[in-house]
Amino acid sequence: MSGQGLTGARERWVRTGGVELCVAELGDESRPTVVLVHGYPDSKEVWTEVAGRLAERWHVVLYDVRGHGGSTAPKPLRGGFTLEKLTDDFLAVADAVSPDRPVHLVGHDWGSVQSWEFATVKRTEGRIASFTSMSGPSLDHFGHWIKQRMSRPTPRRVGQLLGQGAKSWYVYMLHTPALPELAWRGPLGKRWPRILERMEKVPAGDYPTPSLPDDAAHGAWLYRDNVRARLSRPRADAYAHVPVQLITPTGDAFLSERLYDELDTWVPTLVRRSLPAKHWVPRTRPDQLASWINEFAGSIEAGGEEGHAAASPAPTGAYAERFAGQLVLVTGAAGGIGRATAFAFAEAGARVVAVDRDAEGASRTVELARLIGAPEAWGEAVDVSDEQAMEKLGEKVAREYGVVDVLVNNAGIGLSGSFLETTSDDWKNVLDVNLWGVIHGCRIFGRQMAERGQGGHIVNTASAAAYQPSRLLPAYSTSKAAVLMLSECLRAELADRSIGVSAICPGIVNTNITATTRFAGADAEEEERLRKRTSRLYGKRNYPPEKVAEAILKAVVRNQAVVPVTPEARGARLLSRVSPGALRGIARMKPPL
Amino acid sequence: MAARAKDERAPDMAGFREVQRLAYACAEAVAARLVPGVTEREAARMQRDWLRERGVCDWFHLPFAWFGDRTAFTGLKVPLQFFPTHRRLEPGMPFILDMAPVYKGFTADIGYSGHLGHNPLHERLLADLEAHRELILREVRERRPLRGIYEDVERLMARQGYANRHRAYPFGVIAHKVDRVAERPWSPRVFGFGTQSLKGLLSDAVHGHREGWSPLWSPYRFSDHPPQPGLWAVEPHLGFRGTGAKFEEILVVTDSRDPEESAYWLDDDLPHVRRWAAERVAA
Repeated sequence: MSGQGLTGARERWVRTGGVELCVAELGDESRPTVVLVHGYPDSKEVWTEVAGRLAERWHVVLYDVRGHGGSTAPKPLRGGFTLEKLTDDFLAVADAVSPDRPVHLVGHDWGSVQSWEFATVKRTEGRIASFTSMSGPSLDHFGHWIKQRMSRPTPRRVGQLLGQGAKSWYVYMLHTPALPELAWRGPLGKRWPRILERMEKVPAGDYPTPSLPDDAAHGAWLYRDNVRARLSRPRADAYAHVPVQLITPTGDAFLSERLYDELDTWVPTLVRRSLPAKHWVPRTRPDQLASWINEFAGSIEAGGEEGHAAASPAPTGAYAERFAGQLVLVTGAAGGIGRATAFAFAEAGARVVAVDRDAEGASRTVELARLIGAPEAWGEAVDVSDEQAMEKLGEKVAREYGVVDVLVNNAGIGLSGSFLETTSDDWKNVLDVNLWGVIHGCRIFGRQMAERGQGGHIVNTASAAAYQPSRLLPAYSTSKAAVLMLSECLRAELADRSIGVSAICPGIVNTNITATTRFAGADAEEEERLRKRTSRLYGKRNYPPEKVAEAILKAVVRNQAVVPVTPEARGARLLSRVSPGALRGIARMKPPL
Repeated sequence: MAARAKDERAPDMAGFREVQRLAYACAEAVAARLVPGVTEREAARMQRDWLRERGVCDWFHLPFAWFGDRTAFTGLKVPLQFFPTHRRLEPGMPFILDMAPVYKGFTADIGYSGHLGHNPLHERLLADLEAHRELILREVRERRPLRGIYEDVERLMARQGYANRHRAYPFGVIAHKVDRVAERPWSPRVFGFGTQSLKGLLSDAVHGHREGWSPLWSPYRFSDHPPQPGLWAVEPHLGFRGTGAKFEEILVVTDSRDPEESAYWLDDDLPHVRRWAAERVAA
């Protein structure tokens, strides 16, 4: 579908209130209807990517808002764009395309602003089944938000007001007479596609459409007709009568996330989703949007409006907003940090692929992951050091489960012992798993992410040993230092493609890595003794892998570069900056084992 | 002393079995009365009243009740947090009832896990406890050091994907010895533990210290000895992200050379054992 416009769409015109609306339909008309409403300055083509993905399952309807795209503009323009008139338009379209059934409404930007009006006024009751809102608050809610902050201006509230006030600069500009029209029909209209591409990372192509200057000039009246009126006298009864899914792009340059803080008071059934992206998500994140719309509208179709909450066991974790429905692949997921990470993502409602060379352990992880909230989970028995097996895994995952949203390269093995007693085979083993495993993962799944072009995140489990030298762990530390630097370089390279890379550096964590660690230079009996001894020491330290998993999720949400976990790892990281000499001193110490 | 224990074993065992069954009957009766809104304190009181009515007047420890994520001891910092709180039971919540009544001089210490309504995760945990019951008995019969068995149980839990939550108990014990208790008209309690029972445990500890064993089965060096004959209340406790499950029952260890006789569960007709058998039949 990409780059071809709305090919295959059936067009029709709907007359209402003195204008003609250009309506496009995709997909089987007998299916439930999803209506997509575009924003400013846009036309229905902003939805091309999303609509194509939704058409497999839904009857998808898009229309140009009056004065935009193929729809005609009201005369005169002033007073022709009030929310009341926009509601008339929506009802006319809904009646034309789905006379007997309520529709699922999806709005972006001004499309969402007007859809809030549709979802909160009396006369649309029974015509809307659900509403998915992105990047467009209700003007009434916004008005109350401002009033609350003005009436009791605590420092935090003032900060929020000033923050949003600064983000709304364009709204003030649009209220000046004639100038916006001149700019849009002149230089701004010409440069807009380039600006979108550079500032908003919107992929170039057939969007925006040639009608942009006129759309933008007409659309200025959306602001002039409604903003001042509604913000100064917001409706007191703007309660939503439909279930709402709120998708918040966290990098939105025009809208603060804080705007939605009190939304629960207005919306009885609210599902929140957040997305690390800028404002134009229908262009930059169509896969994620289509999947969330599918899931939300689908759950309502399945369970009816009332049964929505019961239809799907809602993921409860603190990270459900961000990770629900995303595809997460974790290597080394049969135990320790990998397993705990898989569980943490599962709890947040992510779909999990658990990879480990221990097939039984991986399938156990999958079984429990499903029980705690993963809608789907799969186990894959693969040795990360085996390049061909990893290539095959990459193909299988892409084919059967989709493109990975979050990749956690966690698989690793331990190797202790002095350098002079470490054989080249030992070196090969530890580098194969700890470094090459990460390289294969990043290469294969990182490429898939980059080619999809819709962002993603890669987490590599390094170690505090990556920056803390030690006479005990020369080979292990070397492998982990390489992983740390690889992560930093990859982060620099993939930043342009909105793919974050984080290196996690845990210290001493109670996992079974000690039970399988190779001790170079020790015979079998001595090795067994050392394994037992270190396992007990690690057990006494008793830092749970669950806390590392928590740090991993947090690192993904915040897109952190390097995350030391455990106090000793943080301490060593600090020392490595302020006093590397002290670290070298520690490195020479020989703990009694 | 060993000879005397042997002579008196048959009637003794009947007494211990009787009180253990009584305690499990209490757990089942109280569990059946748990409804949404009941607090931990109310559940603990129900157990106390039920047992008092049937003639229990002394305790190894007073009944405990844990609901929700307290079954996995989430955020437990100090031992006082073991005591029942005002936490209310909600549909789907897991719960654990743990009680140790003394009846006619015999002690039981049992743990009963369940959930209110539907909780597939907790079902999984309950089913996975079976492997631990088998592992513990097998390794005790092999006369492996208790500390080693403790570590094997912990390893099995890790393999299953769970955390060892009996580590949260005092001294991190997976089991402790129980014995007959002298019946006194007045037996005060210290932090919920009966003084008569504590006296018995203390005297065991003193004896054990001289002979190189401990009545507490812990991960520490003082438990690095083969199983000591006597009655052990064994309580493996699994935890998984805010859901916990345990059973607790008496394991009899003797000094017999016959492996079958050297260790056995006091009673195989208990709710959790019956549940596993039913699940096997269903499968």
